[in-house]
Formats: sequence, structure tokens, C-alpha cells
Amino acid sequence: MASVEVYPSIEPLRWKYLDRIRTRPGPFTDLDVFEGSAVAQNMDNMKVLVIGAGGLGCELLKNLALSGFKNIHVIDMDTIDISNLNRQFLFRKSDVGKFKAEVAAAFVESRVKGVSITPHKCKIQEFDEDFYMQFQIIVCGLDSIEARRWINATLVDMVDEENPESFIPLIDGGTEGFQGQSRVILPTMTACIECMLDMHVPRAQVPLCTIATIPRQPEHCIEWAHQIAWDKEKPFPKLDKDDPEHITWLYQKALARAEEFNIPGVTYSRTQGVVKNIIPAIASTNAIIAASCCNEALKIATNCAPFLGMPEQNNYMQYSGNDSIYTYTFQTEKKPDCPVCGNRARDLDVNLGWTLKELIEALAVNPSAQLKKPSVRTEKKTLYMQSPPGLEEQTRPNMDKTLLELGLEEGEQIGVTDPAFPSVSFKFALRFK
Amino acid sequence: MTEVVMEQMPPVLHGPTEKQRKYDRQLRLWAESGQAALESANLLLVNSGCGTVGVETLKNLVLPGIGRFTIVDDAVVSEADLGVNFFLDEGSLGKMRGQCSTELLLELNPEVHGDWYPKTKGDLNLEKVLATSSTFTLIMYTNPIRPADLAIIQAYGKQHKTPVVLVHSAGFYSYFRILLPGAFPIVDTHPDETATTDLRLLTPWPELVEFAKELTRDIDSLDNHVHGHLPFVVILLHYLDEWRATHDGAYPLKYAEKIAFRNLVQSKMRTDNPEGGEENFEEAVAAVLRAVQPTSLPSGIREVFDYKPTDPQEDGSPFWIIAEAVKKFYEKHRCLPVPGNVPDMKAESEVYIKLQNIYKAKARQDAAEVLKMVQAVPGGRDVDPAEVGLFCKNAAFVKLINASAGGGIDTILNSERLATVAAQEFSNDEMAEETLTPLSLLPIYLALYATSHVESSTREQIVSEIAKAVPGAGVNQRVVQAAEEVARAEGGELHNISALTGGMVAQEVIKVITKQYIPIDNTCIFDGIGSRCQVLRL
Ligand SMILES: [Zn+2]
Repeated sequence: MASVEVYPSIEPLRWKYLDRIRTRPGPFTDLDVFEGSAVAQNMDNMKVLVIGAGGLGCELLKNLALSGFKNIHVIDMDTIDISNLNRQFLFRKSDVGKFKAEVAAAFVESRVKGVSITPHKCKIQEFDEDFYMQFQIIVCGLDSIEARRWINATLVDMVDEENPESFIPLIDGGTEGFQGQSRVILPTMTACIECMLDMHVPRAQVPLCTIATIPRQPEHCIEWAHQIAWDKEKPFPKLDKDDPEHITWLYQKALARAEEFNIPGVTYSRTQGVVKNIIPAIASTNAIIAASCCNEALKIATNCAPFLGMPEQNNYMQYSGNDSIYTYTFQTEKKPDCPVCGNRARDLDVNLGWTLKELIEALAVNPSAQLKKPSVRTEKKTLYMQSPPGLEEQTRPNMDKTLLELGLEEGEQIGVTDPAFPSVSFKFALRFK
Repeated sequence: MTEVVMEQMPPVLHGPTEKQRKYDRQLRLWAESGQAALESANLLLVNSGCGTVGVETLKNLVLPGIGRFTIVDDAVVSEADLGVNFFLDEGSLGKMRGQCSTELLLELNPEVHGDWYPKTKGDLNLEKVLATSSTFTLIMYTNPIRPADLAIIQAYGKQHKTPVVLVHSAGFYSYFRILLPGAFPIVDTHPDETATTDLRLLTPWPELVEFAKELTRDIDSLDNHVHGHLPFVVILLHYLDEWRATHDGAYPLKYAEKIAFRNLVQSKMRTDNPEGGEENFEEAVAAVLRAVQPTSLPSGIREVFDYKPTDPQEDGSPFWIIAEAVKKFYEKHRCLPVPGNVPDMKAESEVYIKLQNIYKAKARQDAAEVLKMVQAVPGGRDVDPAEVGLFCKNAAFVKLINASAGGGIDTILNSERLATVAAQEFSNDEMAEETLTPLSLLPIYLALYATSHVESSTREQIVSEIAKAVPGAGVNQRVVQAAEEVARAEGGELHNISALTGGMVAQEVIKVITKQYIPIDNTCIFDGIGSRCQVLRL
């Protein structure tokens, strides 16, 4: 009700619309946790981290700055490309080649008075727990599932029951075309990104024999140029997917192969799309998803309204704009066999006749594993180690042995590690098909 | 005869232009045709209130390269604007808000043109702006709006048949409505690729039958390699024949029959090979339930067939001429034109390409027949054959939006409709717990609607306005809560909710302008507390 008191911030005129909402309760506000008089000051002292300064990141920085967050850090190692300009609105043509994090931070700082944005032009893996511990909320706008899994594992690992500050909400957004999703993870309390891994199934790989011998689609010809012709002819020392000359080479190779087999549809754009695994992206979808993430951040920071991720409540919003507008907001459950936040081994269907190599390939494509460089051991012995080189060489002969030959048994647990997620030990219980 | 389905253009060997590189990520969604439509669009935003949601919408349209926009806004930039609108800065204080936002928006994309009115405070004449500007493709306005301005927009929308989008954002809530001037057909709806497969296995044409027969003549004596590379379409056609031979010529149409047929196909898979199975037979087994299906007329195209254009101008448009021809085609053949695409499947390259060409040739033949029908009617000679080809390819997914109301801008308040929807929504809510459906967001719409023309209201004022619009709604507990939440904002926007709403509105405007994908019909309500949307036809 309008009669309830507003607690203005230091600049009451500037933030009057925001203060009306964030400093006084509405009909859905939980009065046990909401304290209007403390909100503005709390937010002034809060540090928020944005991971990614791309399509979502640009939006996030703008939205957080205009939602009353004063101290923001942003991490992104990428530089600006011309294809970013149709949506990454903090960048101009003259910025192409500069670091995204720096340009984005400087732009929002100069536009919104009183906000401080610290850029970091590096990988998230270069920071340790102490760095992440300084933030009260972390918001992710990434296109890489691997980076998401890494920060998720790191934040879950950081939780120390004795220390409330070790408990940092993670808000994650993603888009593709007219669709996207946002979700809130309260480490160890709600489902984590690893719990939901099978919701993001990687695109199925085309079998190598199709590419090599019986192409039928333009994509098969492009993959042939990419995976086979390039390696054979090595036209340039190293494939640079952003170099038009390299893409043109692949395109021409793919086109020649397509002509040989009468396959229509190989174009430059399609070649680039397949080789770089391009996901269509537009400003409006980024606006929706980033703002949804920021909305949850504001509610978490202030308690002025319930947020996604509250215990036993919805923690995930899916948005689709292809056919009308459709949102599906629901609760994903924590999985007891989650390798990051659970404690039970996850079942893995295998075949006794498989070689260890086939098992390792299965770990890469299995939706709930998606491990590209796994090292595998049982409780008794080491089966395969990716590194150090000496151990790799020593365990390599196992690759061609079948699981039967290696003496693996039904229900036996294997431990898997992957350099992409150093803090996680993945445990799988073998189930024979 | 004119070639309907365009053959592939000879490939261009040079890389993309700078513009194609800049727009690469969106061209993959709406192609050059959609981009051209965007670039020739001319938008008007009539801004009011805090003025953020309209500007955020424009940002998402300037970036992908809308042709031209105009902002009408008679506000002067105040300190409070700087806390909510990103397209203003310290230097904007005291200046015309429309001018400052236009200038900062134009920085986003040098290819876009923009203008603003009034040039000086107190000089607003919306009628004059509309009369002296080139025709607007679409008008957006934000609430709260002065009733006099709304009347001017309504008159213009009616005269020029302009789509109008109304947007309202306050606190954690927002809604927007798309008021289209008449039935709005979309051909290029971009259905899911998996949904578009239409193999016509129960009505194969002679070339397809011949092709399948040829490959399966001695199916049991084929060597393992050839057997393991028969396309699943061919496998299914072969065993459908076998099935019919033992079932009085009938196809397996009942569920139990399909399962039996599936088992038949499964039993024909060779398992005595090194792989212990055959991928192509697995594909065939997996496709049975979906592909062994008599063709039916999807609801979208049925609605198009049943629709009677009321307006002679509409009647003579290429869409309705083609629709009429496709309807005749359907009545004659009892099926739609073959779309012509074949999904990827395990097969030898040469065999697959042959199969693909058989489907393509049939699609071309069907489209040519439709084109002939098109050209036989008055005005049909002016219809672009490529448009006929696209319609035939997408016929099963053609969609008609706003088919029944028609009134467009005049339906801003259709009291009867609102009362019906409200009764329906409130009764759904009573069952919500049992049916596990989310609660209606109509209360949010009602509460915002009650403040359409006022800067701010108390809960009591809002509730009493709602009770006037929808008798009885004022006592609904959720309506009272929504009213209280709207009152909390006192008409103020949260930047972030307006950014989100601006994203949704921009998506919809793009769909309307490009005539691709399917826009909402016609009201979308957003709840920033529960983090979800609901689309209602009001
Ligand atoms: Zn987990």
C-alpha cells in the first residue's frame, strides 16, 4: 500500500521508482526476512560478479547498474568481433578487436553515475576460491557449458556450513534464437547445474563413416572438409575459425565434395555455422533472459519479493518465442547421484564387450557425463590416465582391452576425473546392458 | 511453365559482406527476406510515463537494423529518468527526453534513421506528426496515455490498417497487446524441423513406388552392405506392401496394427552381422508410429480454408489467392501439396539423393499445379511464383492470427470478451490445485489496465476501476493482491522489468514485420514475481 514508508537511497530523486519497490513490502513479500530500511545500504555494499560480457553480459551490466547494484565485477577473456554488434549493444564498430570486459565496463560506468565496474580479461579458471568468495551473487551469461559446470562445481565446493558467506547464489542464463532459460542455483540447497546436465544434450555427432564414405547432407560435406581434408592437406599451419580465408578454403573443399555427390545446399554461411557451431542470437532474446536473471538477483538482494530458487519452489524458467510466447517455470530437483552436490554414484550403462576406449567415448557423449578427457580408475586399480605422459603411456594398452578382460563387474564403481573440472570426482556404477 | 521451386543459385565463392557479417547471427533466424522487411520498416513510438519500456523495445529493434523510428515524447529529462532509462545521461537533464533517447539509440547502429517530436517542450501535436510523416509500418504506445492521444492513434490505425502495440510496465508487472488490423496470415512459421516430415507412405505416387520396388525386389538376398543401407522410407514402403498383401489391401492404421507392423519390420532386421543389428532398420522401426499415418488437415490450414475474407482488398492479396488455390488442390487430391523435404537417414549417398529428388520433383509438380490454379483467377498472374512455392512447402504449418476479432485497434476494450475470459480464468483458478496448472495472470492485466490513463492509483482506486470493467472481479483475492502490487509502484517502472518486456515486445514486433514465426494473439502478461508469462486473447 502506498501509505507504507519508502526508505530513500542517498540519491532519492534518481532512484525514486526503484526505492518504491525495493524498500517497501508488497502483498507477496515475506515480512520475516524483509527489512526495507536496510535495503539501499545493503545493496550499496554488495559485490556482484557477472561472468561473460557478451550478449547476456552487456545486458546484465546495464540492468544490474540500473537496479541499484553499485559494485560489479565482470570476467570475459574474449575480444569484440563484428558479428557481436547486432546485439552486444555496449560495443561499436571502432571497438572491434578490444577486450569485451574492458569496453563494456567502461561504457556502463560512464553512462550510469555511481556504479563501479571492474573488468577482468581472463578465464574464470584463473581465479581461486578467495576471489569468488568476495561476491554475494554471481550471474552467468555464458555460451559454454563447460565454463558453467566449472563455476558451479567451484561454488558448491566452496560451501562451508559454518560460514554463511561461503554460500553464494548462482544465477544462470542462456539463449538460442527466440528461446532461452534462466535458473537460480543455491549451492548444496537446490539442484545445481550438474544435476540438470542432461537438459543440455550436446548436438549428436555425425558418424565418421558417414562423413568419410556416404555423405548425404551439406553438413556431412562440411564436416569432411573440416575433419578429413584439412588434416590431410594442411593448407595453413593451424585452423583459425575466425579467419575468412580458412573458412573459404573449407567451404570450397566442402562444395567440391558436394558436387561430386550431387548434394545441394553447401554455402559459405552454412560452412561457417557448422565449423564454429554457431548458435543464432538476437538482441531481444538476450534482453529477456538477462533481465530475468537480473530480476532474480534484485529479489535475492532485497527480499522485496519471492525469488526463483527458494526451497521447494520453482527455480527454472524456460522461455520460447517461436510460436507465440510460452514460459514454463518449474522446479528442478536435486539429484542424489549428482557428482557435484550429491553423494551417490551415478548409474552408467555399459556393455561387457566394450573396450575401455569405447567406455571413454561413451563418457563424452552420455548426456549426464559429457566428459571429454576422462581419466578412469576403479577402487583397486588405475585403468587410464590422461596425464602425466608416463602414466598415460603405461595405461594406454588398457584402451584396447574389453571391460570383461579388465575384470570389471556389474555394479562396480569407477572414479572419473577430467581436467576441465579439477574439483570434481565423478563416480559411476557400471550397469551391464 | 514457370518453375515454381527455385533451383539452387550457383554458389558465390567470395566470403560474406561486412553487413552480412554484422547481422550473421540473426540472418540465421529470419534470412535476407526478413532482414529486408525490417530495413524497410518505419516505426512510431508514442512514449509516456517513465518512458523506459518503449525505449528498451526500440533498442532491440535498432540493433538488428530496423529502417526508421520516430519517438513522440513531450517529457523533459528529470533526475528520476536517469535512474531508470539507460538511453539518457547526465548531459540529458533538462532536455527533451525524446531527443536524447533518439540520439543515444542511433549510436547503436549507423544504418538506422531516427527522429523525435516535439522539438521543444509544450509543442506536442501528435496529429501533425502523423500527418506529415511517411506512413508508419507499426505504432507502439505506452501507458499511461492521454485519452486524446489514444484517440488520434486509433483513428490513424484504422485509416492506414496499421498494427498497434500497446505496452504497460509498472513495478514487477507488465503486459503488452498486439492489435492487428485484420486477419494476419503467416506462411513462414518456422515449425520444428522434426514436425515437417511428411513422407506420404500411405499415398505413394508411381515414381516413389517404382523406386522402392526396384531396391527391394530381392530384399532377402541382398548382401549385408546393401541391406544395411536401404533407406528406411524404402523399407517401410516394402513391408507396408507385404502387410497389405496379407490384410485385404488395408494399411495398419489402428494402434494395435501399427505395433504388429512395427514388430514385423523389427523381425526383418538382420542381426547375424558383425554389428549385431542394422541402423536403417532401427530408424524404420522408430518411424512407424509417426510415419504410418493417413494425412490429415492440420488445424492452422483448416482455419485458413474456412476463413472468408471480409475486405475486398484482403481478398485480392496474393496470400488469399494462393490459399484458395491450395484449397482447390486439397479438395481435388484430398491432401496438401507434398512439401518435398526428406530427413537424413542411413543410406548410400547416391540412393539418398535419388530419393530426395523424387520427393522434390513431386513437390515441384504439386506446386506447379497450384500455380496453374492461381494464374487462372483474376489477379493470379501477378502473384510471385516463389510465393506459391513457399506456401506449398509450408502449407501444413500456415497460420492465421487474429482471425475472428478483426477489429484491431477498436478492440482495446472488448468488455464482453474480457468478461468471458475473466469468468473462464477465475474458474480455472479454482481448479488449479487439482489440475496442477499455474494460476491466471489476468489479475495483473486488470490491475494495470485500471491505471491505463492515470499516473498512479491506490489499491482501492484500482480495485474499484476493475470492478467497473469486470463486474464482480473486485472481490477476488488475487485481483486485490495484484492491485496492491501495482499500487506499490505508483506508476514507476523498474528498469529491469521494462528491459525484459522490451525484449518480448521487440521479438513480437520482429515477427509481425517479417511475417515469420508466430506472434502472440493478442495479449501477453508478465509476472516478475513468479517469473512467468501468460498469453490471453482479450
Ligand atoms: Zn548437483
